[in-house]
Amino acid sequence: MGAPAVDSPRILVIEDEPQIRRFLRVSLLAQGYRLIESETGADGLVQAASHVPDLIILDLGLPDIDGMEVLQQVRGWSSVPVIILSARGQEKDKVHALDAGANDYLTKPFGVNELLARIRAALRAAAQQAGEPGQSIFKVGDLCIDLLRRQVFVGDVEKHLTPLQYRLLTVLAKHAGCVLTHKQLLKEVWGPDSAYENHYLRVFVGQLRQKIEADSARPRYLLTEPGVGYRLVAE
Amino acid sequence: MTDARPDPDDLLKRVQEQEARAKRGKLKIFFGAAPGVGKTYAMLSAAREKVKEGVDLVIGYVQPHMRPETQALVLGLELLPQREIDYRGTHLFELDVAAAIARRPQIVVVDELAHTNAADEHTVTHDKRWKDVNDLLDAGIDVYTTLNVQHLESLNDVIARITGVRVRETVPDLLFESADEVELVDLPPDDLLERLKEGKVYVADQARRATENFFRKGNLIALRELALRRTADRVNAQMQDWRAEYSVSATWATAERLLVCVGPSPSSAQVIRGAAQIASRLKARWVAVHVETTDDAQMGAAAHRRLTRNLALAEQLGAETAILPAGNAVEEILRFARQRNVNRIIVGKPNQPRWREWFRQPFVYELTRRCGDIDVYVISGDAEPLPASRTVRPAATSNALGYVWAVVTVALCTGIGFVSWPHFAALNLVMVYLLGVVAVSLKFGRGPSCVATLLSVAAFDVFFIPPFWTFAVSDIEYLFTFAVMLATGLIISSLTGRVNFQVEAARQREQRTATLYAMSRELASLRTRDEIVPTAERKIREVIDADLVILLPDDNRRFLQTGQSAVEPQLTERDCGVAQWVLDHGERAGLGSDTLAGADAAYFPLPTLQSTVGVLRVKPRQPNQPLRSDQVDLLETMATLTALAIERLHWSKAAERARLEIETERLRNSLLSAVSHDLRTPLATIVGSSSTLVEVGESLTPQTRRELAEAILEQGERLNRQVANLLDMTRLDEGSVELHKEWQPLEEVVGVVLSRLSKQLKDHPVRTHLSSGLPAIPMDGLLIQQTLINLLENAIKYGPSGKPIDLLAYREGSSVIVEVADYGPGLPEEDRQRVFEKFYRAANAEGHTGVGLGLSICRSIVALHGGTIWAENRPGGGLSVRFSLPVPEAPPGIPLEE
Repeated sequence: MGAPAVDSPRILVIEDEPQIRRFLRVSLLAQGYRLIESETGADGLVQAASHVPDLIILDLGLPDIDGMEVLQQVRGWSSVPVIILSARGQEKDKVHALDAGANDYLTKPFGVNELLARIRAALRAAAQQAGEPGQSIFKVGDLCIDLLRRQVFVGDVEKHLTPLQYRLLTVLAKHAGCVLTHKQLLKEVWGPDSAYENHYLRVFVGQLRQKIEADSARPRYLLTEPGVGYRLVAE
Repeated sequence: MTDARPDPDDLLKRVQEQEARAKRGKLKIFFGAAPGVGKTYAMLSAAREKVKEGVDLVIGYVQPHMRPETQALVLGLELLPQREIDYRGTHLFELDVAAAIARRPQIVVVDELAHTNAADEHTVTHDKRWKDVNDLLDAGIDVYTTLNVQHLESLNDVIARITGVRVRETVPDLLFESADEVELVDLPPDDLLERLKEGKVYVADQARRATENFFRKGNLIALRELALRRTADRVNAQMQDWRAEYSVSATWATAERLLVCVGPSPSSAQVIRGAAQIASRLKARWVAVHVETTDDAQMGAAAHRRLTRNLALAEQLGAETAILPAGNAVEEILRFARQRNVNRIIVGKPNQPRWREWFRQPFVYELTRRCGDIDVYVISGDAEPLPASRTVRPAATSNALGYVWAVVTVALCTGIGFVSWPHFAALNLVMVYLLGVVAVSLKFGRGPSCVATLLSVAAFDVFFIPPFWTFAVSDIEYLFTFAVMLATGLIISSLTGRVNFQVEAARQREQRTATLYAMSRELASLRTRDEIVPTAERKIREVIDADLVILLPDDNRRFLQTGQSAVEPQLTERDCGVAQWVLDHGERAGLGSDTLAGADAAYFPLPTLQSTVGVLRVKPRQPNQPLRSDQVDLLETMATLTALAIERLHWSKAAERARLEIETERLRNSLLSAVSHDLRTPLATIVGSSSTLVEVGESLTPQTRRELAEAILEQGERLNRQVANLLDMTRLDEGSVELHKEWQPLEEVVGVVLSRLSKQLKDHPVRTHLSSGLPAIPMDGLLIQQTLINLLENAIKYGPSGKPIDLLAYREGSSVIVEVADYGPGLPEEDRQRVFEKFYRAANAEGHTGVGLGLSICRSIVALHGGTIWAENRPGGGLSVRFSLPVPEAPPGIPLEE
């Protein structure tokens, strides 16, 4: 296994479990990422400040400082993408962390494919925000969004969306591969003062699926993250 | 000498007695033949000796007036404060039991065991000092006391006969017998008389005249003999006990059992005392029996009280008592005696006049004739269970009105006579009059019907027998008619009177039985204390017209003091005190009892086998009107019924707890076995595969290595699911799951589930049909998703590979029904019911993995949503599990965009 390239993304892993760190180390190094490890939240903050990583993988249950606390401190001075690791059944914590600025989450136990997909999506979204020229056409599978012409195609068939449906789809496409919470979507699509509730969003997602999915009961593009929000697949 | 081996039961009893005695204080009695023999002096001398030995001894009570030599003995001994009582203006002093118990000395000296306490209005006290002493002994304190032979209960009659002075203050023989030590203080009669002359014996002034008769030499000799004999008896008894204990002799006390017949007459008490003496001499157990007869209800209140007192006396003397139901007295007694293995029956000598024997055989004769192998002892006094004097008493229903009706009826008969006279012979009119007499006796009982008889004879004579309008009779033959008419009328009166009474008695018995039956049945159906208490109160109020309340103590077995009880605001501190005493001692107190008779209400314990659960307070409407003995009986029975109901509640709660514990234990065991089996199986694969990779990984083909790694992955995921299920179940059980209900389309949840299970569903195509127009459902998406995952996993497990699984949802009324159906073997009826239980696995689940929690989690989740879940077999084979989710109202409106 050769040393990772000097310009490959640098990932900071803040996780107290040595076994999980080892598993992350093996798989991330194999993918050519550079790696920094931290066992505690306090050390993690120091590492984040001194090494300026391109992405942080943060466990919510740390022995010294609460993971949420670490996240908030990092967000105080950096917009580096953060992926949260948490146990199942803590959907509230996940939503909380996502709303507080985390970019995505993984539920333990998770497979390596899932992990790598999240990392790629988060890095891509970060690059876009950093001003890299965004593509005018978003394409995944048969779904194609022409952002310039404001057209949506599934295969060769153009789908006519309402303005709100289109807006919803483009917000999701902008963060393709990353999860967006109900709250984030409501805010982005309907504006920061929207008083609408989650069921309102669900109705629009349902309508959107009717138009872009072959079988809306088995969505292929617009996935539900139960209890958290929605994700548009990126690959 | 195998016969000499002590009976193990006897030995056990002896050990228990010794233990009881060891805990109880020791009683030492300084016993004398008469006042003045020097008992108090001897007692105080002994007390001083003890103090010298360093024993903690206090004087609880001594006579305030003593001769100087005795007085001197008290000096230097610790005197307990005495209870001062203001009794009708004079100050009396009594032993303060509470103070003595609080002081807790080793020995308390209490003079005059037979003393009767002055009634105290303010505290709960016993009427007799020996009861106070009993309390001290119960508290584990030794007592020194004095007693004269004349105060012994069983010698009371004998001594009254010898001396002509009846002593009212008596002490039960049982206490004397059970004394640990009896020291006889003896003084020859001449010396005693000498001391009396010298004024060395203190006798209260008012009693001087009475005592002059008492202190005659003849009396004193007799008393001395009794005292000596009684002490000798005790020594003899101790000797026998000792022999029994050490197995000295082969002669063991035979199982003697005595029965004594008790009636309401005063002389019956003598028979009881006699029987007590015989029983004590024979060391026999004995039972005092009263047979209820038709005459009992005619018995006056005084006789009733005497009967109750006689039975109480027997109980005090150590007898068991029983009241047998009405019927043939001889038959009842013999039946009871045989049942109890009684071998001797003791009855009083009949004292009815000779002539009555012509009509009615005395009870004793019949008893002796039919007793068979049971010995019958006749001792002086009257033991006839029927009262000796059968005075004619008016029946209960008769009153002045009855007599008026007697006159009216006779007038009516006379009227009929006048109308019919021209057509009938005068003698036929006798029948009309007799008819009148029958009518009166049926309606009003014996008294009015006797009057009617006399009036009828007179009217018949005056109006219909020549010469008319005069009592004179021309034909002597009519005198015979009158005589027969009179006799017939009186016999009818007597017979119908008796029949009436029997009917009435039967009715009352019936009513009583019915009341008790109804009460027990009603109480049996109740499940809480708050129901039992008012119901019991209402039932008791139905039979007794009085203010009554059932008091239940708090958890510390204390009663609330004044004013704190919302139920019974009029309860005073004193009432609470009496109730507390009853609760602690399990005995009746208050009005009409021995303890604190001055209270204005009667207090009955609610007794159970182990303890007293509460107190029934009964306050008669008429102040200070004691309860009749039949009322007391009924109240005691009802109190017991109530207590049993309350106790049953206690036990049923305990049983429920035990059942729950067993259930929990069973669950825990199931969980452990499930965990050990179902978690270890995937772990075995993981450990095995990974260790293979570690040890011999290099020598394996890449293909094999991959297979092993995949096995680890698969089993790891399986383990993850099972742990998740266990955690879910635990959280659902704890009730710590918070329902996050949001209106959401079922479609979305189904979508998540299908994508989650896509790998497992490879071989099981899912046919989804969600009917169009399904409303959004208020639900916790995550939990319903879990439900669907569990149902689908089951369908995958049991449905044959390649066959589809149907997932349907449709609206039904105000619910949405979701159905997951496979084409597997289905389930038998019994399993379909139980399959939702925790850790339950259907018989055909053999070979399948799983803890048996999946469906039980589904049930919990669906129940949280207010729905139900059930399983059915599909007509074409296969199992269909459905659950309903209520959709209570239309979802909130969605503003349309276009």
